[in-house]
This record gives sequence, C-alpha cells and structure tokens, in this order.
Amino acid sequence: MTEPDLDDEARAARAAVPDARRPDRYRTVSSNGLRLAVYEWGDVNAPPLLLAHGGFDFAGTYDLFAPLLADGGWRVVAWDQRGHGSSEHAALYSWDADVRDALAVIDTLSPDAIPVIGHSKGGGLMMQLAEACPHRVSHLVNIDGLPGKRRMADVPERERTRMMASELTSWLEHRRRSATGERKPGTLDELAGRRARMNPRLPRAWLRYLVTIGARRDPDGWRWRIDPSMRFGGFGPWRPEWSLLRMPGLGMPFLGILGTEMEEMGWGVKPADVAPYLPPGAEFHALDTGHFVHIEQPAEVAALTLDFLARR
Amino acid sequence: MTRPTVMLRHNKVDLALHRLRDGAGGPLLLLHGLGERSPASVPLQAEGWPGPAWALDFTGHGGSTIPAGGGYTAEVLMGDVDAALEHLGPATIFGRGLGAYVALLISGARAEAVRGAVLADGPGLFGGPAGPTSPQMVAVPPGVTGPPDPFAMIELSRDVRPADYATTFARAAAEHSDLDQPIAVAAIGRPPWLEAVVDALVLEPTTVEDALAGYSR
Repeated sequence: MTEPDLDDEARAARAAVPDARRPDRYRTVSSNGLRLAVYEWGDVNAPPLLLAHGGFDFAGTYDLFAPLLADGGWRVVAWDQRGHGSSEHAALYSWDADVRDALAVIDTLSPDAIPVIGHSKGGGLMMQLAEACPHRVSHLVNIDGLPGKRRMADVPERERTRMMASELTSWLEHRRRSATGERKPGTLDELAGRRARMNPRLPRAWLRYLVTIGARRDPDGWRWRIDPSMRFGGFGPWRPEWSLLRMPGLGMPFLGILGTEMEEMGWGVKPADVAPYLPPGAEFHALDTGHFVHIEQPAEVAALTLDFLARR
Repeated sequence: MTRPTVMLRHNKVDLALHRLRDGAGGPLLLLHGLGERSPASVPLQAEGWPGPAWALDFTGHGGSTIPAGGGYTAEVLMGDVDAALEHLGPATIFGRGLGAYVALLISGARAEAVRGAVLADGPGLFGGPAGPTSPQMVAVPPGVTGPPDPFAMIELSRDVRPADYATTFARAAAEHSDLDQPIAVAAIGRPPWLEAVVDALVLEPTTVEDALAGYSR
C-alpha cells in the first residue's frame, strides 16, 4: 500500500517492531457520504472477516494481530472509525453511526454473514451489529469489550446531580472551543509518551510505531490524526448494563476474551461479572494481560480465534 | 421581509440563529420541533414577550448545516443551544417537541444561563422508549437530503429517554438556577421522561403564555 514518505526516524520506529505488518491493501468506503479508510491483510479471495478497533485507536493497532489471522487463511479487513486514524472527521458521532459505518464496510465484502471481531469499544459495536443484523454476522469475537455495570450506581442521587453538572459544563466548554481546536504537536517520542499514559503496559517501541501511523508529520511536529473534538468520558441516556442484557440473546457462535489486569483504558469488567450473561455455548477465556490483550499476546489471541473459527 | 440571521459555529456545523423581533429586556430563544425549522415570526403564544425574540435551527434543520452520515443525539443539539446562549447571553427558552426535551437538557447543564424553560407540545416530544431498546439499522433512501436531514428524523424520533436521566437534568436546573421554578411544563402530551420531571419538581400544569409572563418579570 502507498503511504506518505517516512523520514529516517519514522522508518527506524517501524523497523523496531519487526513482528508488525502494515496492511496489504488500502481503500476508502463512503458511509452515506462520510469517507472511511479501509485496510486489508491477506489473500483478497480468502473468506473475509471484519476487525473493529477500540475508541481512540485506529486500524493500525491491529498490525500485530491481523497478519496472524491473514496467515491463517482469512481476508482480514479493518476500518478507521469515523474521526479516528485516516477516516474523515465527522460533525456527529454516535454508537449507532459507528455500527452503520461498519455495515457499510461489510457491504463491500459479502452479502452474507461474516465473522466479526472487536476490541473494547469495537467489541461493543460488533455486539450491537450482531443483534441488529444477525443475518450479517456469522461469528462474534469480543476482546476485552464486554459490557459491565455502571460504576457509579451506588452514588446517591444528590451527589450524582452535582457530579453530572460539572461533567456537563466541562463537555459544553470543550464544544465551544472545538471548532478551532487542534491536537498539540510534538516529537515522535513526545506523542508516544502521551499515549503511554493510556497504554502503560505496552512497550515504548510499539507506541513509537503507532505514532508513525496514527499521527501525521506537520511542519511543526507530529500530531495524532484523531479528531480533536473527540474526548474521553461523556454522558448520555444509555446505561452499560443494558448492553449486558443483549448478550444472552445472541445466536451466533461467541468467543469472549478478557484481560484480567485492570488498567486505565479497561472497563473494569471481571469474568464473574459477565459469566451469567454469556449466550448459550459461548466460549470464554481470561488471559493474564491488561486491556490490550491482542497487543500483549497476539499469538495466543490469534490461536484462540483461528481455532474458534475453524471449529464453530 | 427577511429576518436577520446570524451564523454560529458549533464544532463543524454552522447554525442559523434568526432574530425574529427586537425588544427591551432579556431575550427569548425558540427551539423548534423535530423536522421543523424556525418560524418566520414570533408565534402567537409568545407574542406577549417584551424582549427580543430569537429562533435557532438545530443541526440538520432549516438553514443549518446537514452533516454527512448522521449520528444525531439530543446531547449534540444541547450543544447547539449552548452556542446560541454563548451568543445571546442568558435567555429564556421556549421549546416545542424535541426542542422541549433539549431545553430541559440545557436547563440542567447551563442553569445560570437559562432564565426559565417552557416545555411545549410539538414534533419529537415523545422520542423513543424510557428503557433499553432493540438496536435498529437505519437506512436512508438515496437522494433524500433535506432539510430536514432524514438521519435526524429517524435517529431523534427513537432516542432513549430514561425518566431518571431526565430528572437528573431537572434536579440540576432546580438546584443551580436562582429561579424558584426554572422549568415550566405546558405540554399536554406526557411521555415518561416529562411525567418524571413533573413529579420530581412537583410542577403544576401551566400554559406557554402564563409561563412566559412569569419568566419575563
């Protein structure tokens, strides 16, 4: 695939992660007029499967995991979610819109059901897709993206009002500034360092590698490509436990993989929390990793996935 | 006669804010219902308002931008209203239908900037259910562009509106506003979210005229 010319520093950062492999093909898909960047690994004639990345990630975070699935005989397809990676920055973001975007990508692969695999938020998106369009999803693999229960459930109503008011004000203040907002430029190492705060368990070489994909080189330094109007946290009417209620009814073969070490970006979900909600016949594995299970242990997660897809 | 219109920027969207009438005193901000646009002149129910009257076209409606690919939430429309409040300063809000729900949200989020919100009947008042739903795959027929944006019409007619979510905003308004009663419910339709607000704040039914008369003092 064609990529902007890398300078020596970026080339060295790429070379420092020899197991990572950039996609074999790159294209774009229009989701109702919004341009999505789509990436593929493996034989274009092999059966397709879809990978969905987590929030604030991008398809390139699958550069370790996706090649292993491709080598296992699959046409592995991932897309940058709207506002993420090299996809267009949207005016509007919502869970429903992301699921619609996923279906726009699937529509370019097969009219039939295909396996879908999602990490973190991507796992949640794929679960929603599986319920909304069971005729398009043959297998569901969820990597540390199983829903939990709201952590603030035991906060008294009055306290919650106060906390929510400050959350709302801060969100609105951010929106007032976001029309002119820009990501802060920095050196390749500075951007890797910023990402280390969200990914404390991942090797620095990997984070430097990610900068060369998820960031662009401007005259004044590297900048993450992600839409600066996006931010962590937020609020809304949907409750996480409602997503949990969707799980038992899923009819396709289901593989859940959970990292057991709690960390910054994790959802704080423990195996015992989700066990009662798994669909009949679900397979479930807890690995001794943090939230980025497929980055910490790509070979193990790929082996579990390939075995699951072959058997079921 | 053309109404003077100010274009405001909310993130990547240009919003049309129309001045319907001048006047002395605090401004009134009209929020239209789902699929509607700002009226050309001050509606009958608000004729008694002594101050200037403005009306905002929500994202995807009227003279505001129609973004690609949908993704509407009531919370983003609350951000639309916040952009209008930043321009106008503190204002009384009169919301119809969907605009009434959004008026409730902004009353909780910007209690000091909303000088009373009147919630009235109109398209989009009910929205979706108060609890979990089955997800729906929204498809828009090719060639239909709006305004109103067909994605807005679909997504904002079925958004989840839990009672306790609505009351969190209502309580925040009551707690942080210096008005005795920052929310007035003139709507005859009573979806669960609105019934819960009425119960939580112990509100007496009122009319748009009476509520606006109260807030204009």
